[in-house]
Amino acid sequence: MGARVNTAAAGTANWVDERTSIGGFVKFFARKLFPDHWSFMLGEIALYSFVVLLLSGVFLTAFFVPSMTIVEYDGPLATMKGVEMSEAFASTLHMSFEVPGGLLMRQIHHWSALLFTAAIVTHMARVFFTGAFRKPRELNWLVGFTLMILSLAAGFSGYSLPDDVLSGNGLRIIEGVTRSVPIVGEYISYWIFGGEFPGEILIPRLFTMHVLLVPGLILVLVALHLFLVFLHKHTQYPGGGRKDTNVVGLPLFPVYTAKAGGFFFVVFGVIALVAAIFTINPVWNYGPYDPSPVSAGTQPDWYILFVDGALRLMPGWLFDVIPMEWEFWGYTLSLNILTPALILPGLFFGFLALYPWIEAWATGDRGEKHVLDRPRNAPVRTGIGVALISFYVILVMEGSNDIIANLFHLSLNDLTYFFRIGIFVIPVLAFWITRRLAIGLQRKDRELVLHGKETGRIVRHEHGEYQEVHEPLTDQERWVLVSYDDIAPLEIEPEYNDRGVRRKGYRWDRFKQRLSRLYFEKRISPVTPEELAEAQHAHH
Amino acid sequence: MNALARHRYHRAAPVVLVLLLLALITGVAAAVSTASSADAATATTAEDAAEGQKLFAANCASCHGLDATGTDGVAPSLVGVGAAAVDFQVGTGRMPMQSSGPQAIAKRTQFSEEEISQLAAYVASLGAGPAIPTAEQVDPELGDAAKGMELFRTNCAMCHGSVGGGGALTQGKYAPNLWETTPTHIYEAMLTGPQSMPVFNDANITPEGKRDIIAYLKAQDEGSPGGLRLGTIGPVAEGMWGWLVALGLIIASTVWIGARSS
Amino acid sequence: MSTTENPTSHESEHTTPESFEDPGLPYHRPRRADVDPKAEKKAERQVAALFGVSIVGTIVAVGAYMALDMTDEIDSIRFVNMMIGLGIFLAMIGIGFGAIHWAKTLMRDHEMVEERHELRSSEEARAGAIQNLKDGAEDSGIGVKRRPVLVGTGLSALLLAPLAVLWPQIGNMGADWNTSNFGHTMWRKGMRLTRDPDGTPIKASDVTIGSAFHVIPEGLNELEHHKIEEKAKAVVLLLRLDPRDLKIPEGREDWSFDGIVAYSKICTHVGCPVALYEQQTHHLLCPCHQSTFDVSDGAKVVFGPAKRPLPQLPIAIDDEGYIVAQSDFHEPIGPSYWTRLKDTSDGMHADDSEGSSH
Repeated sequence: MGARVNTAAAGTANWVDERTSIGGFVKFFARKLFPDHWSFMLGEIALYSFVVLLLSGVFLTAFFVPSMTIVEYDGPLATMKGVEMSEAFASTLHMSFEVPGGLLMRQIHHWSALLFTAAIVTHMARVFFTGAFRKPRELNWLVGFTLMILSLAAGFSGYSLPDDVLSGNGLRIIEGVTRSVPIVGEYISYWIFGGEFPGEILIPRLFTMHVLLVPGLILVLVALHLFLVFLHKHTQYPGGGRKDTNVVGLPLFPVYTAKAGGFFFVVFGVIALVAAIFTINPVWNYGPYDPSPVSAGTQPDWYILFVDGALRLMPGWLFDVIPMEWEFWGYTLSLNILTPALILPGLFFGFLALYPWIEAWATGDRGEKHVLDRPRNAPVRTGIGVALISFYVILVMEGSNDIIANLFHLSLNDLTYFFRIGIFVIPVLAFWITRRLAIGLQRKDRELVLHGKETGRIVRHEHGEYQEVHEPLTDQERWVLVSYDDIAPLEIEPEYNDRGVRRKGYRWDRFKQRLSRLYFEKRISPVTPEELAEAQHAHH
Repeated sequence: MNALARHRYHRAAPVVLVLLLLALITGVAAAVSTASSADAATATTAEDAAEGQKLFAANCASCHGLDATGTDGVAPSLVGVGAAAVDFQVGTGRMPMQSSGPQAIAKRTQFSEEEISQLAAYVASLGAGPAIPTAEQVDPELGDAAKGMELFRTNCAMCHGSVGGGGALTQGKYAPNLWETTPTHIYEAMLTGPQSMPVFNDANITPEGKRDIIAYLKAQDEGSPGGLRLGTIGPVAEGMWGWLVALGLIIASTVWIGARSS
Repeated sequence: MSTTENPTSHESEHTTPESFEDPGLPYHRPRRADVDPKAEKKAERQVAALFGVSIVGTIVAVGAYMALDMTDEIDSIRFVNMMIGLGIFLAMIGIGFGAIHWAKTLMRDHEMVEERHELRSSEEARAGAIQNLKDGAEDSGIGVKRRPVLVGTGLSALLLAPLAVLWPQIGNMGADWNTSNFGHTMWRKGMRLTRDPDGTPIKASDVTIGSAFHVIPEGLNELEHHKIEEKAKAVVLLLRLDPRDLKIPEGREDWSFDGIVAYSKICTHVGCPVALYEQQTHHLLCPCHQSTFDVSDGAKVVFGPAKRPLPQLPIAIDDEGYIVAQSDFHEPIGPSYWTRLKDTSDGMHADDSEGSSH
């Protein structure tokens, strides 16, 4: 039987190859190597939850009616009997209450969406902290960044589709923010909503965006993202035999086919488990959209929460005297809305998108990097990353301040005052503490290399002295701790040349030097063999 | 089996009869008392009011004043707040207040039902005010949950959340969770507007409307068709569970995948 | 595997190198299943069992769908969905854990090395590319400025062509583009304030002190078109305060009636319904971003991101004792926009009689 299968397989392979020359691809891909590390699978979580989104989304489109036509509900739900609602909302109720497994699919879809965005952020954090965005991967960082933005668009457009009170109020906030754009804001609002808010066309427009435009773009960019991963070959953590000129790992076929393929089923399984047990987005609680009601706990899904938090944080009056909405020459400029909702996310995301270039420019480091940094060996970058995270987390917490206040019996006003100061102070503190911690860890590494591991065994020397026995590191262990680049801060030409004339471009160079010093001045150099030899000599 | 059933039927019959009679009597009494609540208040509670006054002097007068006209900046006048306000405030344990804070907190009630009705009778005798609703007025079975949903989300959800889970107000105040609150107390709260809550008199939300709201809230007892509710707090709780449970479980399995087998 | 000797083991001063040398790949430690046939068999059985779990899961999911009868009861809906979900969970997790366990325990796990190549193309390829582009430019005549007119007109045409598609498309998407609609609502002189959602009129005597009425304009529910758009602008909160607590802004002395005031329910920040009324402090709180307005003082902002007070609706009492509007709002309701002041002029709508906006 085995022989027959083999012949059949060979026949099929031959047939396909003669029409596609796929043999070359298979030869190229089948034994491509991937380094093994749990943190390299975070991006896969995002990819697989996207696949689950597509699968469950197809199911939902079979029942969802993207229409704002008003109908009267006559389904089984007692709390909605006879209530007027859009067809979008009615069809959402129908698929949840009358289609066996329909609610499960909705919950699978929504939980995967939360997981998709969360996995993207976690993956991005891994890439950031290990320096995987450095040359030659800057472009792929940008592709990934764009995917992150697209995931927000996909999530928000989907969140709004059921046309319930919660998401409707979210859309109204979007409308309010759109209006605040100077000069063209009113027209953008009319363009989006097809007239005045909410109009009758928004849900169909969002639907097309949600099921066609955004996922289409995501698919294209995912393909590009993966193509670039193959082209660049995967990065690897430092270790014996791992160099910037090679990649050490296990082959795509069979090990990664099984591991990564199996991992898809794990991701799907966990999502199904969570969706089977936990309710998500119970739109039947919120009711169909009506512009009058609103409920306590009106918040967007977590990935938009930071914008909501920023909107809450910004005072309308600075110190109760300076208005944050200006009126001049008969026009109105709403800085209380523009700043938190558009300018701040713009700066935050802009900085994130450009970070690879900012760092390369500040450090002057231009080589291809394929061996990752341990976060402690890049104290400034790690500090910046933690500062950004703390900034983001404060906004998310401010966006949840009513929930926090209610849960812990605090005053939401006090929380807001605290976060208004915290947003300036905490990221700075986070940067400073993290950098100190990273440098501290580097020092500890040095100690470890020089003096070995503490064994806990105490011996008494002949001359009566007690000493703990230190076990020297193995070559492999030591190599991980010492194999990082030792970069000195930038040296620049002096301000005046030997004839005492002030040099052009000196200020610029000086600025670059300051940045370079910020990155490298407090560096801890890796132990050299000479230092180790001395340390060992001292011990004996 | 048959014999047993017949046997039990015989033995239980007198008890059932007595119970039925008792129910009939209380039903009639209740109907009579609602039909003429003013009469009932004067006729049957003159004694109660006297008892209530004693209780009031001992437990409430230190803040509300011996004549219940209130103390400026400390406690409001209770003239005209009606029996419903007393039944709510004392019945949910909010009064007497133990410590000053952003708002009075519901706790174990300190009085028996009889004492509460005596206090209520006393306060009601001070001036006309809303009476305690009857069992029929607050019976969720008689309400229309769909109408209740529309009324609840227009008038109540902004503070109490979409299904009555509660929510924060300013300066540490909050709108409480309503799931454990009895229908009578829900009704009384709407009628009297305790503390931060506005008054929803019968001209604003009709008695039927109030019962519809109670029916909507009681419909929440069935739980969610989607499984555990995560406190019905909304997207914040969902986001947290997404990170901690879903992403947490999956990252835990990546660690297992990445670890070398022994 | 490593052939590099520890450079420090010799301790001879003159051979100590500048930096440590890469010790090479670590020693490959065999797994239990690599050396012990029993362990190998056991791992195989485990993998097979996991695949079996998956098959059971599929049966559970399909069986739950086919066998369980979903009624209208919440319990039944929850049970059916949960059983199908748990079935899918087992079906997926069994395959996943099985395949991974197989890879981890039974597939060869010797790490392999692949060389990387610099991504930069070879000099030869680069030169070839440049030459090709040059040849192409030569063929077309772009590069040497022999055809500046063609290049100019061609580029212009290319840049303009999208307009032919986009202009009508974008132009149609904003309906009538009449953004001055932001400036007025359906409130008119003499229009009754009615309860949201049933539309019954409200008497002044209904509104007792401490009450909060959620209000829509009379006739809103009967609108044929744009009902929801009008509601989105016209919703009002009607409150009664003790007149002694009420500080009436200048010029609005006759806008309220014996402590009864009506304010737009739409936040001046980004447009959520401001609906949380604390009757003791007379504060209105928006649940979205927590702007707080003091109703006893002209609904001015006391906390949060809003800058402007909520617009007040001037009210009066008609002959039958019902509360009516004196006019439309005197300023646009809701969030600000660039030309808001153009739509704001005191008394702009004051004399607007029964005209209809739609």
